[in-house]
Amino acid sequence: MVMGNVENLLLLLVSLPLFGAAVSYALGLRARVLSGPLATLTVAVCFGIAIYLTTELMVGSSIQREAIVASFGSWLSVGNVTLSFDLYFDALSAVMCLVITGIGALIHLYSIQYMASDEGVARYFGFLNLFVFSMLLLVLGKNLPVVFIGWEGVGLCSYLLIGFWYKKTEFVLAGQKAFVMNRLGDLGFIIAMAALFTTTGTLDIVELTSPESLARIGEGVALLAGLALFFAATGKSAQFPLFTWLPDAMAGPTPVSALIHAATMVTAGIYLTGRMHPVLELSPQVLSVITWTGVITAFVAATVALVQNDIKKVLAYSTVSQLGFMFIAVGCGCYSVALFHVVTHAFFKACLFLSAGSVIYGCHHEQDMRRMGGLRKSMPITAATYAVACLAIAGIAPFAGYFSKHAIIDSLAHNSNVYLAPFQGGLQIVVTLIAVMTAGYMARSFFMTFMGSYRGEATPHEVPVIMWGPVVVLAILSCIGGWLLHDTLFSFLDAVVRTPLFILQHQSLTSYVTGSLPGVLGIVLAYSLLVRVVSLTEKFQSWGWMVQKLWERKYYLDELYDVVVVNPLRITGRFLAVGVSQGLVEGFGRGVAFFVQALGELARRTTTGLVGGYALYMLLAIAVLIGILV
Amino acid sequence: MSVYGLCIILSLALFLIGAVGVCVRRNAIVVFMCIELMLNAVNIAFVAFSRLHGGLDGQVAVFFVMVIAAAESAVGLAIILSVFRSFISVETSDVSELKW
Repeated sequence: MVMGNVENLLLLLVSLPLFGAAVSYALGLRARVLSGPLATLTVAVCFGIAIYLTTELMVGSSIQREAIVASFGSWLSVGNVTLSFDLYFDALSAVMCLVITGIGALIHLYSIQYMASDEGVARYFGFLNLFVFSMLLLVLGKNLPVVFIGWEGVGLCSYLLIGFWYKKTEFVLAGQKAFVMNRLGDLGFIIAMAALFTTTGTLDIVELTSPESLARIGEGVALLAGLALFFAATGKSAQFPLFTWLPDAMAGPTPVSALIHAATMVTAGIYLTGRMHPVLELSPQVLSVITWTGVITAFVAATVALVQNDIKKVLAYSTVSQLGFMFIAVGCGCYSVALFHVVTHAFFKACLFLSAGSVIYGCHHEQDMRRMGGLRKSMPITAATYAVACLAIAGIAPFAGYFSKHAIIDSLAHNSNVYLAPFQGGLQIVVTLIAVMTAGYMARSFFMTFMGSYRGEATPHEVPVIMWGPVVVLAILSCIGGWLLHDTLFSFLDAVVRTPLFILQHQSLTSYVTGSLPGVLGIVLAYSLLVRVVSLTEKFQSWGWMVQKLWERKYYLDELYDVVVVNPLRITGRFLAVGVSQGLVEGFGRGVAFFVQALGELARRTTTGLVGGYALYMLLAIAVLIGILV
Repeated sequence: MSVYGLCIILSLALFLIGAVGVCVRRNAIVVFMCIELMLNAVNIAFVAFSRLHGGLDGQVAVFFVMVIAAAESAVGLAIILSVFRSFISVETSDVSELKW
C-alpha cells in the first residue's frame, strides 16, 4: 500500500499521545512543570490532525472519500490468516476522534491547574496521554484485535487513574472493582471474536460487515456473537448489571472522571455496537435485549441519583443513566442517534464534571453537597456553566441535550422490532419518566450546591481562568452544540450508518415546547420539594422509607453481587487455598518430610556415641561380609 | 589334636577376648590393650600356619604386623593423651561430643 501524507498523518495521530506519555513518564519528577503543558499540546495537535483528516473525508457537505486506511505494518500471521496493524478512519471514527481529542485537550488544560500541587503530576499526565492513545486506537482499529488492544488499554488507564491516589485503600479497591468488572465484559469481546472468526474466517471489521460475510453467519452464531458483543459493551459502558463500578470510579481525580468516566471511555461500548451494527442487526432478539437493558439501566441509575449526596456520585449515576439512553437508541437501530447523544453528552457531562471539579477545588476538597450551598455568590462563573449544562442534560430546548434525547425518544416510538413493539407504549412512558427524573436530580444537585446559603466551614473561592476557561468552552458547546450539529452530524455519518427519516423532521416550535416539558416538570418538582429542605432525603422519610433505602443502597446490587458472584468465588478460593493447596499439595510435601524425619529418628538411635557399640557394628559387618564372600 | 590345632584355638580365643574387650570396655587404655591382644592373636595364627605350610611368608607378615602395631601404639597413645588433656578422663563414654 502506498502511503501518502494523509495516511502518515493518521499514524501520527495515534503515535503522538503515546510519545507524550513516554516523555512524561520517562522524565518523571523532573517534568513536574513541563508534563502538563506537553501533554496538553500533544492532544491539542491531535485535535488539529483529526480536524484536518475529517475535512479530507468530506468537502462541504458531500462525502469525498469513504475512509482513510493506514497501516503500521504486518502484526502476525498464522496459517493463511494474517493480521496487520491497520487504522481505519471513516465518519464514525472521525466523530469519536474529534470528541476524544477535542474534549481531551480541554480537560488536559484544566488538569494543569487542578493537579498542580499533586506530587504525582507527571505520572498523572503520562496516564492521561496513554489513555488518549488507547482510546484513539480503539476507535481507529481496522480489525477487532487492534480494537481489543485499545479496549484493554483504556481499561488499564481507567484502573490506573481511579487508583491514582494509591495511598488510600478504598481508592485502590475501587480501581480493582472497575478492572475486574471490565474484564468480565472483555470475556464477551473475546467470545464474540471467536464466534465471528470461526464462521467468517476474518477479523477485519470492513470484511466482517460486508454482505458476503454476514450471509455466512448463522442465526445461532449471530445471537451468540451479538449478545457477547453487547455484554462487552455493558462492561465498558457501565450498563445493568455491570454498572456499579462506575460510581466507585469517582475515587479518581475529577478531570479523569470527566474524560474517562463521562465523555469518552464509557462510550466505547456505543462505538463498538455502532461499528458492528450489521452483525447485531442479524438478530432482532439481541437488539431488543439492548433496548431493554438500556431502559432498565437508565431507570435504576436515575432513581439512585435522586438520593445521592456526593456531587460526583450524582453525576456518575447520571452518566450511567444517559448511557442507558444511548443503548435504547442502539437497540432501536438508530446508531447515529446514539452517537449524537454521545457527542452532546460528552459536551454537557464533561462541563458538569469539570464544574463539579471547580466546586471541589474551590471548597477545598469538599464533595458532600450537604456542606455546600450558596456557591453562586462566590463562584459565579462555575455556577453559570453548571446551570447551562444542567439545562442541557435536562433536555430543554434549545440546549444540546434536547436534540439528542428527543431523537432517542422518537427512535423508540418508531421502532418496529417484534420483541419491542408490544411494550411500545409502556417503554415510552418509562423513558419520559426517566427524562423527568434526570431533570429532577440535576436540578436538585444545582440547588443544593449553588442556591440557598453556604453550610460548610471552608471559604469557597472562584477558580483561576485556566480552569474556568475550558469549562466555559464546554458550556458554550452544551448550549449550541446540539442545534449546530443536528443535521451536519447525521449527513456526515450517512456513509456509515443511515439515519431514519423521522429523526430529521421535527424542527417546529411546538415540538420544542412539548419536548421540553419533561425537563421543565423535573426542575419544577425538584424546586418545590427542595425549596426549604436541604435534601430530598428528608422528604422521603415520611412516606417512603423503604424506597429511599432501596435507592440509597443502589437496589442492593452490590450486595447481590456479593451473594451471587463474590462470595461463591471467595468460598471456592478458600476451598482451593485451604483444602487443595494446604491440604493436598502441602500435605503431600509434609507427609514426605515426616516420613524422612521418622526414618532419621530411627537411624539416630544407632549413633550412641559409645566406641564399643561402633566397634561391635564393625565386627558384625565384617562377619556378615566374610559370610557373603567366603 | 596337633600343636597347630592348639595354636589356632589359642589364637581364636585371644582374638575373641580382644574383640569382646574392645566392645564392652570403656577405658580407652584397656580398649587399646585389647586391640594389641587381637593383633597378637593374628600373629600367632600367622606363625602357626607358616609352620604348617613350611613357608616363610607368614613369619614375614608377622614382622610387618609388629611394625604396624608399634606405630599404631605411638599414634594411639598420643591420641589418648590429648583426649585426657581435654576431657580429664580416658573413658570412651565421656568422649561422645559428635553423636547426633
